[in-house]
Amino acid sequence: MAQRMRTENLKAWYGMNQILKGITMDIEKNAITAIIGPSGCGKSTFIRCLNRMHEVNEGTRVEGKVWFEDQDIYAQSIDPVELRSRIGMVFQKPNPFPTMSIFENVAAGLRLHGIRRTSELNDAVEESLQMAGLWNEVKDRLQHPGVSLSGGQQQRLCIARALAVKPEILLMDEPASALDPVSTGHIEDLAIKLKHQVTIVIVTHNLHQAARISDRTAFFLSGDLIEYDNTKDMFISPSDKRTNDYISGRFG
Amino acid sequence: MLVIVVLLTSLALIPLISILSYIIYKGAPAINLDFFTKLPAAVGETGGGIGNSIVGTFVLILIASCVGLPVGIMAAIYLNEYMPKGMYSSTIRFVIDVLLGIPSVVIGIFAYLAFVKPIGHFSAWSGGLALAIIMIPIVTRSTEEILRLTPNSMREGSYALGISKWRTILHIVLPYSIKGIVTGIMLGIARVAGETAPLLLTAFGNHFWNTSISEPIASLPAQIFEYAKSPFDDWIQKAWGAAFVLIMLVLLINIAARSLTRSRLKNVD
Repeated sequence: MAQRMRTENLKAWYGMNQILKGITMDIEKNAITAIIGPSGCGKSTFIRCLNRMHEVNEGTRVEGKVWFEDQDIYAQSIDPVELRSRIGMVFQKPNPFPTMSIFENVAAGLRLHGIRRTSELNDAVEESLQMAGLWNEVKDRLQHPGVSLSGGQQQRLCIARALAVKPEILLMDEPASALDPVSTGHIEDLAIKLKHQVTIVIVTHNLHQAARISDRTAFFLSGDLIEYDNTKDMFISPSDKRTNDYISGRFG
Repeated sequence: MLVIVVLLTSLALIPLISILSYIIYKGAPAINLDFFTKLPAAVGETGGGIGNSIVGTFVLILIASCVGLPVGIMAAIYLNEYMPKGMYSSTIRFVIDVLLGIPSVVIGIFAYLAFVKPIGHFSAWSGGLALAIIMIPIVTRSTEEILRLTPNSMREGSYALGISKWRTILHIVLPYSIKGIVTGIMLGIARVAGETAPLLLTAFGNHFWNTSISEPIASLPAQIFEYAKSPFDDWIQKAWGAAFVLIMLVLLINIAARSLTRSRLKNVD
């Protein structure tokens, strides 16, 4: 499979704490890559480094290279704002914009990128909501506040919002951890469906989820990449003892 | 517990209600059409009004707002969004807190020395600037508090869409906090609308219509001050009337601003 992104010796700090201790890994195109590991192992920080979201917090620092296509996204010439419209992100807690309607939430990215034509916006909003599997549930109340939806719907709204700007990569930071099992199922189905259009990197606490949906799985521990393999291989026969301990529930 | 709370609440409401009702009781009889439209009458004459003071107060608030609101709000945005920590911003915060505590008469003297003395005469704009100086720390502090309450997840959601920082502030953060910001603006306006001391040193007062901001201008508080210390019953009566108008004015500005910022979104059941 073709590779979409590659990190080389990626290190990240939060204040004085080193969170990532040199991660080198490839992320494959049109696949779902799952990042698993116990809390505090740096998996969220890792994906936040992939679209330069780590640096929006104060006191953070990143070293190493992250290749996206043929460019280092930490190079001087890269505008992080523009980069983030190509590498979207969905967060742990659904965060629709509270002042905006369902429609405006999805259209926000496009509007702020300068698209004004109503017909174009209408089409894009419908398409994105369709992709996120939310269209049928909300098509009659697009003008209602985004926050009036249920938690699971809000998360799919956030996915639709991220998809609207047509990212090439979608980073998902434990997107289902705040949701009930049914909503979680929706999100998982969605991820599997979406991977033909976008490359997905998903951080998850839920090992079953990683096993169900991902093509490749990376196991992180205390800021190191311990093992990275095809999901099937890793869950059936992990090569590292620590991976085995983690996926068999002995710690974490 | 509940009894104590209710008791203390009503205790707190007593001054408010008694001031309001006393001003209405004393001031309302002075109100008629002439009161709003006519110039002050000379001593001994009956009739006349405070039309020029009402206009003057509007002009002064307008000047103060044009200067004070942008500065105050921008300062708050800078402090909270661009430089939340560090020596520089904590110094700014400290200075703002000091500015909040400076008696308004001192600001009046400052404005007198800075704006009136060099020009050589009292003027509306020097009064407006003095009021702006009083307004800035109030607006900055309240706006900053409100901005600090906006959830960070909202900003992150916006950054993750490839929206730049200033657009995020303009289109996501400010709309979310607009109600709180407007409340802070109202506090600032209400505070300066009643300021008297700095105006006596800057805008001074004027018994005639004035449309030029480089001339002295009348204002409600200065007019109340002048009338209330006079020995004439008619003038004292007018001072009550002017106080009544001033309170109503502040109330109206408040209501107007609140209805303007009412949420555009449909309420959900």
